[in-house]
Amino acid sequence: MFGKLSLSAIPFHVPIIMGSVSVVLLGAALILALITYYRKWGYLWHEWLTSVDHKRIGVMYIILALVMLLRGFSDAILMRSQQAVALGSDHGFLPPGHYDQIFSAHGTIMIFFMAMPFLVGLMNVVVPLQIGARDVAFPFMNAVSLWLTVFSAGLVMLSLGVGNFSHAGWTGYPPLSGLHYSPGTGVDYWIWSIQLSGLGSLMTGINFLVTILKMRAPGMTLMRMPIFTWTALCTNVLMILAFPVLTVTLALLALDRYLGMHFFTNALGGNMMMYLNLFWIWGHPEVYILVLPAFGVFSEVVATLCGKRLFGYTSMIWATIAITVLSFTVWLHHFFTMGSSADVNAFFGIMTMIIAVPTGVKVFNWLFTMYQGRVRFDTPMLWTLAFMVTFVLGGMTGVMLAIPGADYVLHNTEFLVAHFHNMLIPGALFGYFAGYAFWFPKVFGFALNEKWGKRAFWMWASGFYLAFMPLYVLGFLGMPRRLEYYTNPAWHPWLEIAAVGAAFILIGIVFQVIQLVVSIRARETTRDLSGDYWRDGRTLEWSTASPPPLYNFAQHPVVQSRDAFMAMKQAGSTDQRPDTYHAILMPKNTPAGFIVGVLAFFTGFGLIWHIWWLAAGAALGILATLIFRMMQDEVEYLIPAEEVQRIEAARIFRHADADSYQQVPA
Amino acid sequence: MMSAALTRDTDQTAAHHAQAVSNSVFGFWVYVMSDAILFAILFATFAVLRHNYAGGPTGATLFDLPKVFGETLLLLTSSVTYGLAVLAMNRKNRIQVLGWLLITFLLGLGFIGMEVSEFQRMILTGAGPDRSGFLSAFFTLVGTHGLHVSFGLIGMLVMMVQVMHKGLTVPVQSRLIRLSMFWHFLDIVWIGVFSVVYLMGVM
Repeated sequence: MFGKLSLSAIPFHVPIIMGSVSVVLLGAALILALITYYRKWGYLWHEWLTSVDHKRIGVMYIILALVMLLRGFSDAILMRSQQAVALGSDHGFLPPGHYDQIFSAHGTIMIFFMAMPFLVGLMNVVVPLQIGARDVAFPFMNAVSLWLTVFSAGLVMLSLGVGNFSHAGWTGYPPLSGLHYSPGTGVDYWIWSIQLSGLGSLMTGINFLVTILKMRAPGMTLMRMPIFTWTALCTNVLMILAFPVLTVTLALLALDRYLGMHFFTNALGGNMMMYLNLFWIWGHPEVYILVLPAFGVFSEVVATLCGKRLFGYTSMIWATIAITVLSFTVWLHHFFTMGSSADVNAFFGIMTMIIAVPTGVKVFNWLFTMYQGRVRFDTPMLWTLAFMVTFVLGGMTGVMLAIPGADYVLHNTEFLVAHFHNMLIPGALFGYFAGYAFWFPKVFGFALNEKWGKRAFWMWASGFYLAFMPLYVLGFLGMPRRLEYYTNPAWHPWLEIAAVGAAFILIGIVFQVIQLVVSIRARETTRDLSGDYWRDGRTLEWSTASPPPLYNFAQHPVVQSRDAFMAMKQAGSTDQRPDTYHAILMPKNTPAGFIVGVLAFFTGFGLIWHIWWLAAGAALGILATLIFRMMQDEVEYLIPAEEVQRIEAARIFRHADADSYQQVPA
Repeated sequence: MMSAALTRDTDQTAAHHAQAVSNSVFGFWVYVMSDAILFAILFATFAVLRHNYAGGPTGATLFDLPKVFGETLLLLTSSVTYGLAVLAMNRKNRIQVLGWLLITFLLGLGFIGMEVSEFQRMILTGAGPDRSGFLSAFFTLVGTHGLHVSFGLIGMLVMMVQVMHKGLTVPVQSRLIRLSMFWHFLDIVWIGVFSVVYLMGVM
């Protein structure tokens, strides 16, 4: 009846786990109680959970990312404190099995449930606004993507209290992740949670590719597209090309585990190294999926906050495209030690060094944009500056690892851990933080507090160096990654420094929470009435109100050049209003996306615990929901012209108000 | 003045719908492309494992080529009949659309029936997917294609109901076109399966 599931799956006897579970449950109970107390259930359901508005979906994605950042970071700080103490006679507070689950969950969460939702959220919020569209091409599919991601994150959270999470690392290499060495449900949690969220990412990729290619404002040719939209486009192409590979890889591993097949087993004709190849054929493009949109954010921030047009727009585009193509030619550098021939290793080593070139082009473009610009050191700019310095360092250690000979020495050491954190924290996360601060006023109509934002930035930036530079040293000292206990006292001081760094980052995160609270409380004083919060906004998202009306633009903007909004400002045409407004067709809200998410959760849960009736029933439910939804023809409604006129008139009134107050950011 | 504004609104609505149809068709092309990658990876996996018999049966001993050729004919013919359904749709002939869809459905069902019986025979003779790497790759590649065909069959049932109840409206036509893309795509994939798995397996 309940497959492998029984009460013993809940680890009542492990205090650390029960502690974390109670914290999560208390937090959830508190949120639910608050919603009930303020009677917000109806509002939540009608305005958010059933919404297909790209702005709201974007916000929900980013909320998920921030929540999962807290979870992923809790794992990080557990690992750092364990390694800071577990030397010699002291074995620390985490047993090996638990420690293995923590580093597996940390990687999985940070990639799939923090970084991916964060960048997809930014794309959702920004791309339609930047191209002058009213929504994405497939608003319902967008909601399905969101809820698949949210509920697969739910599966990961569930593994905390019911059963185990995978102990096979975030990459889940066989044979360790195979049935023989991992008979429990941990690896299954890992497989199904990222399988479901991966499907969501694939749909997002298709959705935004079509949106960008087919729904741009009249006059916006490809070479007039804002740079963030360009990077989003390339990321979508990568998602469409790479995610099917992950889907297949995970499916094959699942078939090995569920039906006793022999894709990656050690016996009966399986091939383990095929898993590594397949995983990284998805995995390396995935790195660029995460990084490219952040590059787009940095480009927008640098141009806007230096008050200059972006240097080398065309070269930036071609560099992005070059990275997109080259990202499929380097995957083998993740396992030079597999023992391919010297020629194969040399090829992938050289390709890896070549892919650093377009990235270098980008860095120079950002520097030249700043050169002779009026640089404003607002929070988004600080993240950008820290990124430029730090990312170049990480890039250089990457070129070191690209030398197969050097990689044989450094493979699977802390040097590698330092390297990829050195790429992804500045290269992706700092970019998302910059975007979060940059577009927050656009989405909510009020700004984030600069003082707390800067404090958080300094803690994060210094914490990053303290936490990860020692890992480079440890790599040279020969410390392997993923150790829960060690005997070499020479490593100890460096691990203590790294733990201090993690503490700094913790303070940075606390400051970010404070920043959010302070900003919300002070929202009346920082209202962005003009829509162009940074005053030097260059692209179309700044031409509409903050927050934008449901339909984004009352009239489709007509684009005549790059940096369309800046051109309108220079031509003095921003205040032109149409004589008459027209009715606007918008997609209707629907609960179907949310329902699919819930049913996917039960499908996953049923599969993980071998509760076949649940899995099959929920999967059939998904099919029925989708068929029902696809048979509907009336999925849009009309906002009457009078309503549009009323909303726009109110905005012009507020705008006039703003001019007389000279509202400026602090 | 009022009616002019109204006409413009209707025009805009019509343009909006045309845009929506064109978006869905393009979006479906992109989906088919990603599905092609999914199959490409399965083909690659099969290519890697195709000689890993682990002492078990080989393709030459397992495959019944005349039967598979029959399967192939069923599927290829179903692609033609779906094409005829689309031609009937362009002529706005609802009865013919239903008729060709039904024939396509039956041909597809015949294909799936033969595939299931082939799988059943193999599993009962001890050549199941857990026997060797080769057989894992075989069952997964061919089975994934079969699963796609089955979803196509469900789609055809749903579309027949829609054609009956809604007639050949713009959204229904758009869905029929997308299903036809899916169906023809599966045909192309099958040609790959037939050549790479069966012909090369028997050779």
